[in-house]
Amino acid sequence: MDTKRIRLTVNGKDYEREVESRVNLVDFIRHDLGLTGSHVGCEHGVCGACTVLVDGISMRGCLMFAAQADGARIETVEGLAVDGKLNTLQESFWDLHGLQCGYCTPGVLMSLTEMLREDLSPSEQKVREVLSGHLCRCTGYQNIVAAALEAAKRLRESGAKA
Amino acid sequence: MKPAPFTYHSPSSVSEAVQLLTELENARVLAGGQSLVPMLNFRLASPDHLVDLGKIADLRGIREQGDEVVFGAMTRQRDIEFSSLITAKLPLMAEAVLQLGHRQTRNRGTIGGSLCHLDPSAELPTICMAMDAQLEVISPSGSRTIAMAEFAQGMMTTALAETEILTAIRIRPWTGRYGHAFIEFARRHGDFAIASAAILLDVDGNGGITRAVVALGGVGPVPLRVSAAEACLIGAKAGSEAFAAAAAECGKIDALEDPTYPAWYRQHLAKTLSGRALKLAHERAVAQAH
Repeated sequence: MDTKRIRLTVNGKDYEREVESRVNLVDFIRHDLGLTGSHVGCEHGVCGACTVLVDGISMRGCLMFAAQADGARIETVEGLAVDGKLNTLQESFWDLHGLQCGYCTPGVLMSLTEMLREDLSPSEQKVREVLSGHLCRCTGYQNIVAAALEAAKRLRESGAKA
Repeated sequence: MKPAPFTYHSPSSVSEAVQLLTELENARVLAGGQSLVPMLNFRLASPDHLVDLGKIADLRGIREQGDEVVFGAMTRQRDIEFSSLITAKLPLMAEAVLQLGHRQTRNRGTIGGSLCHLDPSAELPTICMAMDAQLEVISPSGSRTIAMAEFAQGMMTTALAETEILTAIRIRPWTGRYGHAFIEFARRHGDFAIASAAILLDVDGNGGITRAVVALGGVGPVPLRVSAAEACLIGAKAGSEAFAAAAAECGKIDALEDPTYPAWYRQHLAKTLSGRALKLAHERAVAQAH
């Protein structure tokens, strides 16, 4: 069994682990680190449920190996809330009913976090383009789009960071 | 955990990577992994060794060299998407890259990976075919340059030998006032296109077409240049008559057929998309001239 020793940061916390080379990043995050917020859907890069931020950039957790994340800074949905309090994006989803079953939500939130860090005044078109990388089978996307735009508005007004 | 077991290698230089490919049996090169990792997850591919090029800094980046734009093979699709150089010099590629997968896959997928995977409907191989890209490859016995037309040998089959690695892609941008257009048709935004058309059109002051490129993705087993369509355009007066004749040639190609889309449907798309792209490229060429 081929293994690699990796060191990485997940949500600000340092980890060092021995991983089998064929373990993908999202399985590593869930099974080895116990952070089960990131979900596994299609396992071939189509659905977006496993999306996490790698050095601030959204990527499919099922399409890279944990061994490739050696030295990386990973952010998952667990890193969004601060001291148990939902952040602005999460609150907007709560208030505008931006989720139903919630399976796609952790990935959606990470892609929108990336977008909101770059652009606090996204057009609806831009939000929809970002969301095109995520399958949601419940909401029809309307409330997800509304929640994303509302989060951008609240962040603009409060001057907070995504 | 989906893939069959493999040994992971992460060389830090091209020479080390080439050495590994020479020494190892049943090894595959891993670029951005946005096509290969799904194949591993499905066990459609089960290499014994993966040679990851991700840590080789020399292979990443876009630069101007003389009158060419040179891409390191590991340049990520996002680097193209956010490059002001590409927007200015290669607008055809800039237009296509936004239709390539999704933000989350462009963030990791590479130009070299897309070319070596060579899906018939992939955007970047179609653009490289349209722009006569030159591909630099290296092996233990030295390096060579392959024209895109020779690189794409057949359905998902390249001219690369087992021990060769694609290192760079060179493209000479068109200069002066010309029009471009890339239009694809997919059932959902970001899906692989069923078919696409890439057009470059140079029109002189009298409305005569001096240079023309017509390339199609997804229609044949590899991205194609339609020389019969280009012949209808070059020397003709730009307008609906010449464009209809060129589009008609695109509709005559011996097209791919699969259980979802019959050949006649791809031919229909080839004709329709090339017609629309010619019109758009012409409008842009005219706007450039004013």
